[in-house]
Amino acid sequence: MTKAKKLTPEEIVKYFKDEFKTKIKGSKIKKRVAGIKKNETYSVWLKVDNSVFKNVIKHLCDLQFPHLAVASGNDLGKTIELIYHFTVNFGKRMEEINLHISVELPKTKPEIETICDLIPGALITEREKMEMLGVNVIGIPDDRRCFLPDDFPKGVYPWRRDKTGPEKLYKNLHEVKK
Amino acid sequence: MKQSPITKSSYHIPIGPIHPALKEPVYFEFELDGEKIINVDVKLGHVHRAVEWAARKRNPIQILYLAERICGICSYCHPAAFTLAVEDAADIQAPERAEYLRVIQGELERICSHLLWAGVAAHEIGFDTVLYLTWQVRERALDLTEYLTGNRVTKGIMMIGGIRRDITKDMLPKIKKDIQYFKEAYDKLGKVFLNDKTVKMRSQGAGILTKDNAMKLCAVGPTTRASGVKKDVRVDTSYFAYGDLDFDCVTPDKLTGKVNGDVYDRIIQRLLEVKQSIELIEQCIDKMPSGDIVAEPKLAKLLAQLKKVEGEGVGRHEAPRGEVIHYVKLDGKEAPYTWKVRAPTYNNILPWIPMLMGEQIADIPIVAASTDPCMSCTNRVGIIKDNDKYELTKEELHRLSIEKTRRLMK
Repeated sequence: MTKAKKLTPEEIVKYFKDEFKTKIKGSKIKKRVAGIKKNETYSVWLKVDNSVFKNVIKHLCDLQFPHLAVASGNDLGKTIELIYHFTVNFGKRMEEINLHISVELPKTKPEIETICDLIPGALITEREKMEMLGVNVIGIPDDRRCFLPDDFPKGVYPWRRDKTGPEKLYKNLHEVKK
Repeated sequence: MKQSPITKSSYHIPIGPIHPALKEPVYFEFELDGEKIINVDVKLGHVHRAVEWAARKRNPIQILYLAERICGICSYCHPAAFTLAVEDAADIQAPERAEYLRVIQGELERICSHLLWAGVAAHEIGFDTVLYLTWQVRERALDLTEYLTGNRVTKGIMMIGGIRRDITKDMLPKIKKDIQYFKEAYDKLGKVFLNDKTVKMRSQGAGILTKDNAMKLCAVGPTTRASGVKKDVRVDTSYFAYGDLDFDCVTPDKLTGKVNGDVYDRIIQRLLEVKQSIELIEQCIDKMPSGDIVAEPKLAKLLAQLKKVEGEGVGRHEAPRGEVIHYVKLDGKEAPYTWKVRAPTYNNILPWIPMLMGEQIADIPIVAASTDPCMSCTNRVGIIKDNDKYELTKEELHRLSIEKTRRLMK
């Protein structure tokens, strides 16, 4: 674990752009102010290509060991978007930066590499993505279900919005084969 | 659930889905060698109510009230994080006075929650007089909540772009009187928890979580801070009025000079935070500017504005148990496209494993309770030994815990 060095939002974006060039598909820096003193908080959104995702997380861990809050997911029709919400620079007054790294996976092959070997705390959120979105997390140390019951039908993913979604389950329960 | 095979040297006890320590369902499977825990497995999801799915048919204002019902104790934190996420996506700025009022509500909830926890923790080690003492103080905090919001539990106080009720001048004397009462009670409770022999015996050196593990397993809130990781959303970022206030991240070494990461440290951590919350409320009352309390008072207009928004936002708030984070994606329709809720206990599940390893069965209630888990309750534990099934009730497990205290006192 490297010692924490203060990072600025611009530095983070530049670091990853220099390192991964065109594989970083998009970036934006957002600023929010609050209170009378109008102190600022920054969020960095990075969109990365799936081929370099694991490497990006590795570089991030080398840069400064981040806190992984959670990964959220969207069904965007043809693709599944996963957003990993990290924070860096914590422990110092108002210097924390939110870092959201998103990856798009094609629905035909929704596969992503596990990051549990780098951040062991990612296990529950990765298991959740497997059962809720039908994402295949390659190399996950524990692939059991986490929140869904064991007798929940296979091939139904509650966060999907296509035919593998939960529609049938709540409308016509008798039609669902367990 | 399928049980793991029983080997000659060890046996397994499943605990739950009904929780031995707190009143909410979660399933543990312990592998034991005699009385010593050598492995732990956790299974979740017994109270999964598909709240996020229910939100797909609701507009953001309706979701505020749904979010409030995710948890009975954090009934302010979830709407707060949701509001922050929507405000982030729609770029709404709440008026300054509202930001201060939001801090007061957040800190009052922290006082209620930490006092509730202190009572439960005392009960788990068989110290029931302290349970009644802490909950008496908590009752006063709940009364104050009712005075400020109109409700004791589900407060219905949050609004996108502001807050729903103001604190007027004539309300201040009562608030100040209650704050004085909390300060006196804090001194009394502090003495009980920090100097009492029984509490020390049961909590010092029990359920240790190292700083390294806390970082790697992404623990949050008092659990991670009691292990020495300085992580507190209120301090680290500027949201609500926290950026204006004068305070710092507390860790248990402030009082004891050393961080051990055990149950005792987690008790100290929460006590220090109660004091911090009282001070923050005082600061807010002194510094609060006058002005509006909501950016857009007309709800229909606010909804129409939100309906046009396309974008995503993240809201983070420091709940009593740690960072709560909500992700919202709005796509120009009435209901949000995605709403993801992450409550603090989600991240504090994995740290249970290193905490419980090497402990005794009688320590399960207090160690499990020490992270202040928030899931939902009844009272049955099944034990399987040599393939003979017998059940251990919550009362018996509680009795085992009390017996251990008595044993240590001899």
